[in-house]
Amino acid sequence: MSFFARFAQNRGALIGLIILLTIIAMAILAPLLFPESPWRMVQRPFLPPMEVDGFPLGTDTMGRNVAAGLMHGAWVSLLIGLVSTTVALAIGVPLGAIAGYYGGLIDDALMRFTEFFQTIPNFALAIVLVAIMQPSITSIVLAIAIVSWPPVARLVRAEFLSLRNREYVEAARLVGQSNTTIILRQILPNTLSPIIVLASLMVATAILLESALSFLGLGDPNVMSWGYMIGAARTVIRQAWWLSFFPGVAILLTVLALNLVGEGLDDALNPKLARERS
Amino acid sequence: MTDSQTTPLLSLRHVSIALPKGADRALAVEDVSYDVFRGEILCVVGESGSGKSMAANAVMGLLPKGVYASGGEALFDGQDLLTLTEKQHRTLRGLRIGMIFQEPMTALNPLMRVGAQIAEVFEAHGQFSGRERQQKALALLTEVGIPDPDKAIRAYPFQLSGGQRQRVMIAMALALEPELLIADEPTTALDVTTQAQILELIRDLQRRRGMAVMFITHDFGVVAEVANRVCVMRYGQIVELGEAEAVLKHPSHDYTRALIEAIPSDVIPEARGAETDTPLLEVVGLNKVFRSKGGLFKPAREVHALQDVSFSLVKGETIGIVGESGSGKSTLGRCVVRLERPDSGTLSLSGTDFMHLQGEALRRERHRVQMIFQDPYASLNPRHRVGYAIAQGPMANGMSKTQAFAKAKELLALVGLEGTDDRYPHEFSGGQRQRIGIARALAMQPELIVADEAVSALDVSIQAQILELLEELKQKLSLSLLFITHDLRVAAQICDHIVVMQHGRIVEQGPAREVFLAPREAYTRELLDAIPGREHELADV
Repeated sequence: MSFFARFAQNRGALIGLIILLTIIAMAILAPLLFPESPWRMVQRPFLPPMEVDGFPLGTDTMGRNVAAGLMHGAWVSLLIGLVSTTVALAIGVPLGAIAGYYGGLIDDALMRFTEFFQTIPNFALAIVLVAIMQPSITSIVLAIAIVSWPPVARLVRAEFLSLRNREYVEAARLVGQSNTTIILRQILPNTLSPIIVLASLMVATAILLESALSFLGLGDPNVMSWGYMIGAARTVIRQAWWLSFFPGVAILLTVLALNLVGEGLDDALNPKLARERS
Repeated sequence: MTDSQTTPLLSLRHVSIALPKGADRALAVEDVSYDVFRGEILCVVGESGSGKSMAANAVMGLLPKGVYASGGEALFDGQDLLTLTEKQHRTLRGLRIGMIFQEPMTALNPLMRVGAQIAEVFEAHGQFSGRERQQKALALLTEVGIPDPDKAIRAYPFQLSGGQRQRVMIAMALALEPELLIADEPTTALDVTTQAQILELIRDLQRRRGMAVMFITHDFGVVAEVANRVCVMRYGQIVELGEAEAVLKHPSHDYTRALIEAIPSDVIPEARGAETDTPLLEVVGLNKVFRSKGGLFKPAREVHALQDVSFSLVKGETIGIVGESGSGKSTLGRCVVRLERPDSGTLSLSGTDFMHLQGEALRRERHRVQMIFQDPYASLNPRHRVGYAIAQGPMANGMSKTQAFAKAKELLALVGLEGTDDRYPHEFSGGQRQRIGIARALAMQPELIVADEAVSALDVSIQAQILELLEELKQKLSLSLLFITHDLRVAAQICDHIVVMQHGRIVEQGPAREVFLAPREAYTRELLDAIPGREHELADV
């Protein structure tokens, strides 16, 4: 059975994938459907949804098109979520694997280094980093990645600690496999499940972190993001619910979709479950 | 007395227990009927999955979720246990029916003193005052023969040994003087000598109190020791039921005969000599100390796992390392394959120093000694197909991928699992996985194979098959084997030489036949005497 067929057997995963693809399509189609900048003021402010043709989701406090903002924002939010998570995994997984596998002094050194990052509150560190580097997409992605890798390292280390003394790992050592091979082929595949679950949550957290940064005015001033939209609409939530509702739903759906896809991936990669279902 | 002997205390009549949908069979227990009389021990014997424990769980009202009794009745003193509510069951449990489990460590609360746990039994049934409960607990601990009961009553479970914990469990089960005691594999997790003591204790208590005992076990040796009557089960059905003597000596059913035969009952090994006298493995004065790092407030601990261990193994020979848990036998095996590094001594393999190899040099030499692991479920990577699991060793040593996979196929055929190389480990049974483990070890063409409790986790009939396979491979490939086991019966079957270990030291070593027939040391004699079913002439098959 092909990998996709196994994946598609999990209906939730399929729904998640469809939602995710829709959001990606939104991001790609945004410049075509709304060629004007989402920052442009195009109508009178506080226009409720479905009232005027061409403004299905209404306008915001400054008369900007909410639908345009939502579609352009999809690109930024997804990019920030995925890229920063990838960077965080790229730092956290190797560090955790090395610390857990070798143990001893290496473990001590790497874990003290990790704790150094963990003692500073995430959000405060992210604010400081963005403020120092000047707000831009790159600096935001980097800041989010830097604050979110320590839990990955901790998780991977814990998994490695419990797996490194399994009999199959000892057997691999006995046949003369190198440490690199053992880490990559024996242990890492068995830590995938928790990593995938954590990663899908991290994408969600990254999107939310970006929202919070934008809310404080530390977002990239040139790009529209969901976070910025919610942040800007918060003060008028009682007069104009739609301003925060639609980007909020968009974030919720993205996070949900990522979780569903993550779970489906995990199931499809697990040989035991895959065979049982077939 | 006549009345109590003719009416059974517990009578199972046509009991069926249904498993949830999707299980490997519809009924865990199918139309099972047997009686337990006062003052007798009924042994329910069967291999894993035979449903032997399920019936007992139904009697106790402890069936797992989704499993339920679908038919029949279990009359306990005239009362049908299968129709009782949870509350009614609870009043019966402990008070009239006691139970002991396999693993005494997990059955006891680790954070409660032993005395308090026994007192809790009285408390649950609202008997006696606080002070009386403590006195009762003390009396019980004395009765079950715990050394120094005054101290033991204030001990936590982790401070006691496995055998002592099982005694505490028995004390708890007996606290309210139940009429029926259900013992579910109570000695399986214990060492042979401890097992013998616990069996003696159960038999003794049963006789003294005139209890009925339902003893669930997989071991026919244990049956021979304790049973008055035997009930053999397979696939949820009763295969044979009868007096212990009769069943053991003249089993009428093929399956019973196979089970009895599978027990290495003939504990006297044949005299065997090695074909050559080229020394392969030489171990001289090996020492290994495990140190736990001390903290700020706790002192560092040292455990001498190996002390001055010396023996040598000749090419083509099988040496059995026998000892109880904590004797250092596994550490010795792990030192020989260099998963552990000995602290001092010499360890040489066909003349090369195997002990001081490090890093890359060690990695290149590793293929010369391979290991077969104990737990067939943990020794294979769940994410790798078995063909790959076997092939990766040769590949790590420079064999091409196609060649390695072809070799894996060949080896799987050799161990009797032809054409299964693209399956995952979870699709195999325990015995089959152990065969894969053997194939993986053979793939490296090792000079020496260390088998660490390789058959201990398997059912007897599977155990016999694996031992047969090893014996066959030994002949075919002239293997040398270091066979680590706690089970002397197994050692007797396969070993040429026996090394007996205790507390990290070698107590006795010699040709297997000599060690079995004329043990020189008291400890060896004690081990031999403790083998269950030894004095009984098992079936003349």
